Amino acid sequence: MNAPVNSGGNSGMRGLRGGKQRYSILSLARNALSHHENWQRAWRSPEPKPAYDVVIVGAGGHGLATAYYLASRHGIRNIAVIDKGWLGGGNTGRNTTIIRSNYLWDESAAIYEHSMKLWEGLSQELNFNTMFSQRGVLTLAHSEHERREMTRRVEAIRLNGIDSDVLNPAQIKQIVPIIDTDPRLRYPVMGGFIQRRGGTARHDAVAWGYARAADDMGVDIIQNCAVTGFLIDNGVVKGVETEKGAIRAGKVACVVAGHAGVVADMAGFRLPITSRPLQALVSEPIKPILDVVIMSNAVHMYVSQSDKGEMVLGAGADSYNGYTQRGSLTVPEGMLAAAVELFPVFSRLQMLRSWGGIVDTCPDASPVISKTPVSNLYFNCGWGTGGFKATPGSGHVFADLIARDAPNKIAVPFTLDRFSGGYLIDEHGAAGVAH
Amino acid sequence: MLLIDCPWCGPRDDEEFHYGGEAHVLRPRDAGALSDEAFADYLFMQQNPKGPHLERWSHSHGCRRWFNMLRNTATNEILEIYPMGEKPKTEAGQAAYAENWRRESPAEKNALSGGEA
Ligand SMILES: Cc1cc2nc3c(=O)[nH]c(=O)nc-3n(C[C@H](O)[C@H](O)[C@H](O)COP(=O)(O)OP(=O)(O)OC[C@H]3O[C@@H](n4cnc5c(N)ncnc54)[C@H](O)[C@@H]3O)c2cc1C
Ligand SMILES: [Zn+2]
Repeated sequence: MNAPVNSGGNSGMRGLRGGKQRYSILSLARNALSHHENWQRAWRSPEPKPAYDVVIVGAGGHGLATAYYLASRHGIRNIAVIDKGWLGGGNTGRNTTIIRSNYLWDESAAIYEHSMKLWEGLSQELNFNTMFSQRGVLTLAHSEHERREMTRRVEAIRLNGIDSDVLNPAQIKQIVPIIDTDPRLRYPVMGGFIQRRGGTARHDAVAWGYARAADDMGVDIIQNCAVTGFLIDNGVVKGVETEKGAIRAGKVACVVAGHAGVVADMAGFRLPITSRPLQALVSEPIKPILDVVIMSNAVHMYVSQSDKGEMVLGAGADSYNGYTQRGSLTVPEGMLAAAVELFPVFSRLQMLRSWGGIVDTCPDASPVISKTPVSNLYFNCGWGTGGFKATPGSGHVFADLIARDAPNKIAVPFTLDRFSGGYLIDEHGAAGVAH
Repeated sequence: MLLIDCPWCGPRDDEEFHYGGEAHVLRPRDAGALSDEAFADYLFMQQNPKGPHLERWSHSHGCRRWFNMLRNTATNEILEIYPMGEKPKTEAGQAAYAENWRRESPAEKNALSGGEA
């Protein structure tokens, strides 16, 4: 097992430390004998205690990872993670699971690559198969301008020590035989670049793996319990109001994605975030035909094939604010038109499901990991259309911020005061449309 | 998907329209007089409520005119449409207008005073 680089020390502390059964080939065989009816529960469903050292609002991947790293790296275990729905039911369970670290700016490269390194050891660390698959992420260019811009981006990415290679249309055709590289297309494939260490993971497994490992160390995960307000005394947070009553806390950390603005409003301050539905679709399962992730910013299309054989397709976000968790039909319609032009074999695919998630976008398409105007209250949000890939890294640096009440080197560019200070991290090129 | 009742063309599909963001945001006249925090509030902090939201739309693929709209972002119900330069007339619209922190912001005061904050 490779210890992830930069994981903030304590790399000897791995895996389940409480009394949980480990998953292994032996436990699988043993449980087969009893028809898989005696598996231990992966986590408890406790009633909230009156007080905790840390309350985390939002049991998505980022919130659960934060709890896990607080417990495993900082020894803070008296934690509750509270969610208004079920764990992983927000954007974590709705995303198209693309993972990559090929961002333009040094600040972004640092946090996404930190995350990538944690992904590379995550299944072993959590004793849970996250199905992390480094199958490669290939981004297409459809115009001369895009091709040149991409070449520049690749050079910047490589200067940060992150793998990226420019490809010409013939090389792309070799990797993706089903793609149409006819130069007469409306949006022809003029080139692209690939991050071979990029790929996908199973979204639910990431939430479940962190939840199980955090629960094992004593973290209470409280589902179906919306936070409705904050207990604030003289500018210091003292706890949260919830549907199950008040819960006191030494520190409160909010990781609520699309609802960041709503929750910040409860605490009496503003965030530079707009919330909009972003959509995705899956097709019926078919035989394996695509073994890399394809992204195209110009035609707003990205696709990968799941291990079950479904084509997983992502579309764009609605232009207008909204919390409806389903977007406009025109958005997937436009994306599918582009997908069928690039992959004529998709023309007879049936789509099985489509859905939306509410994404929290920042003006510079970069996240906020920050202290707030209220003492001991922290926010982690603004990941917008592309935060799944950051789940381990985000949780890791956020735990550090909460434990030390100060951002570490990776997190410090992402504080809230960058908006008044003017130090924006403009990642629209890398993060704006797709993921 | 919305069916938007353009004041000039009647009900049309939202695909024909362009969303123009929060309505009633006044540009400060003397931005140099504002603190960095006040200017950042003006520039970056948009209303993002789960509920009634005052916003601008333009019928960009139709008559190309702009208008204001009150929409519930939790249900997509369109509650009011009214001309540019006017204030909302419904109760929900007036409440959304009055409760917006911008009304008390240095940037808006600066814009209305025609000079310093
Ligand atoms: C369609 C789609 C495709 C995407 N594709 C990709 C991709 O390919 N790659 C990528 O990297 N990213 C992608 N993303 C973005 C990614 O999903 C998110 O950035 C990431 O999952 C956010 O994780 P989270 O844990 O912060 O949020 P979430 O998983 O949304 O968790 C937030 C939780 O907060 C809870 N909550 C909210 N309000 C309250 C309250 N008042 N009280 C208690 N709990 C509350 C919610 O119920 C929710 O469970 C995509 C998103 C969508 C919608
Ligand atoms: Zn019109």
